[in-house]
Amino acid sequence: MLWPKLARALFAKPLTDDAPLLPRETIQALGERLAATSRARLGRSLAIREVDSGSCNGCELEVNALQNVAYDLERFGLRFVASPKHADVLLVTGPACLNMREALERALASTPEPRWVVAVGDCAVDGGVFKGSYAVENGIGAVLPVDLLIPGCPPSPAQLLEGLLSLLEAEAAKK
Amino acid sequence: MMGPASELICGGYPQGTQPYERFLLSPSAWGQLPAALMQEPELALLGIWADSAQIHACFLHESSGEAVLASTPVTGGYYAALSPARPGAVRFERMILELWGHHAEGAVDLRPWLDHGRWPLRHPLAAKPIPFSGEPPQPEFLPVEGDGIHQIPVGPIHAGVIEPGHFRFSVQGEVVVRLEQRLGYKHKGTLSLMFGTSPRAAVRYAARLSGDTTVAHSWAFSAAVEAALDVAPPPRALHLRALMLELERIHNHLNDWGFICNDAAFAFPHARCGFLREGVLRAIAAAFGHRLMMDRVLPGGVAPDIAPRGAETILAALDAVEAEIPALMQIYEAHASLQDRVVTTGFLRPDLARAFAAGGHVGRASGRDFDARRLPQNHPYPVLAFDVPVLEAGDVDARLRIRVAELGQSIALVRQLLTNLPAGELMAPLPVRAGEGVAMIEGFRGECLHWVRLDDGGLIRGIFPRDPSWLQWPLLEAAIEDNIVADFPLCNKSFNCSYSGVDL
Repeated sequence: MLWPKLARALFAKPLTDDAPLLPRETIQALGERLAATSRARLGRSLAIREVDSGSCNGCELEVNALQNVAYDLERFGLRFVASPKHADVLLVTGPACLNMREALERALASTPEPRWVVAVGDCAVDGGVFKGSYAVENGIGAVLPVDLLIPGCPPSPAQLLEGLLSLLEAEAAKK
Repeated sequence: MMGPASELICGGYPQGTQPYERFLLSPSAWGQLPAALMQEPELALLGIWADSAQIHACFLHESSGEAVLASTPVTGGYYAALSPARPGAVRFERMILELWGHHAEGAVDLRPWLDHGRWPLRHPLAAKPIPFSGEPPQPEFLPVEGDGIHQIPVGPIHAGVIEPGHFRFSVQGEVVVRLEQRLGYKHKGTLSLMFGTSPRAAVRYAARLSGDTTVAHSWAFSAAVEAALDVAPPPRALHLRALMLELERIHNHLNDWGFICNDAAFAFPHARCGFLREGVLRAIAAAFGHRLMMDRVLPGGVAPDIAPRGAETILAALDAVEAEIPALMQIYEAHASLQDRVVTTGFLRPDLARAFAAGGHVGRASGRDFDARRLPQNHPYPVLAFDVPVLEAGDVDARLRIRVAELGQSIALVRQLLTNLPAGELMAPLPVRAGEGVAMIEGFRGECLHWVRLDDGGLIRGIFPRDPSWLQWPLLEAAIEDNIVADFPLCNKSFNCSYSGVDL
């Protein structure tokens, strides 16, 4: 039956959570970084390419959860794209595995400027528990120029959202 | 009833591993093992690994559910390969050659696997690793011959938010003639980091072997340590472990159900499953303080305890899941466009599932009836009531239906566990002494098998965590054959193997 469904859809509350409050210091630091590198601004929408450089897949679970209806990332103008060639942001998870180094470098080379690199999760920040292994170069910063760190093991979708929205705010802030 | 291979193994010297015995075989006795295994197809190979001097293998008697381990010394860098008798041995033998430098004599395939020529050393787990520098070699793929065949290379970076790995498709028209996987991109040297540490320090690596299976791997590692040290965790800790394990199964099965439908471009179940799963994860976070329950299972018990109102929160989230399953299943079944994509797609032959001893939904959708929760040592499961669904169809649809049936079982298990949660301690003290133990815990993908050897100081001297994906990845290569390229994401998601779990 169509009518009951329509009625339910009309009167039901949205499933999506409210937008989180953003930490002013993060936005300010990102804004200064933007000014210092004199990058062109991208505006109020960012295309994100997620690259896993050796995570345990915990971060992937939470990045994927960002796209569920409770967080609904796309309402903020943030969306995941299939290729670094379409991306403004490289969002990297996992320690910098040596076996992924070339792939990471190629992904960066394929991402048009201006661009942001976001390191997500404790492993991407500094290698996490895998620090010091013969097979990793600790954090992503060893391979890519990182602009924003979102620590956590794994960071929750709420923390991820906060970090990504801070990027948007920094992008949109007037000079 | 013992076959020739079992007799050969039990004729070795017992080494005192708990709870399953490990027998040390002479190189000549091990050399007879492949021929004996051919005559005893009932004895499944669950994994092969090594230390600096020996090769170890774990076998399972399919009918009794009893496991047995066999070892042999490596002589002059060589041991007899098991891959001629057990196809599942191939990737283990490739891994052993790269990590420890032991050659499998007569192996089916010894091409590089984890080592892409990018580490500063070769054979990192050998007694003396060799420094290495130089250009990484080009990967070799198996040859494909025929009219109009072309190759599609995919990865390591894929289009979705998933783990990295390379897939080489050889395609004739639309049809996949051969898929070859090349993994190892996520190799983090986990075994070397665990080596020489205490079980309490090493469990965080077990928890991060594969993030989606963090509870099952932490438990399997802890249970192997507890078996080695003859420690019994308190009943409350075991109940909480089982509770977390079933919650992990529930959130992953919901995730897979949604993603499989999404890969057939049918977004509604994806949206609903994602929302229900989010409810479960928030309840888990309220009850255990971490959405994925990482670092909650520790050797000796669990920490911290479930939060005061945790039980009610979990039950409310699961009620919402249970209430919606029939409607979602009805939508899944009633849409011909979706059914057309999943039914008969990615068929896995039951004989192949048996030959590789595939566990979890992959094995159980192709008629292999094994579930480590039924093992007598895996408390508290012997006192809980649950069914293990098994199907024969072997296609994407069957693998999805196994998951949905398991969802119902797991929800019922959580209710039993929360009603009968015993009071008491959460942690048993771990003595500092030598020992060797092995354990199997049924994660959402299948059984996680961990083997641990501790020295007199209680530090880890031998370790191998075997993710169920080791025996499932090769079967994906078989299941995709004769399917169209466009159905690969569906087949892949219906298997949902772990990359990190096998890249070590």
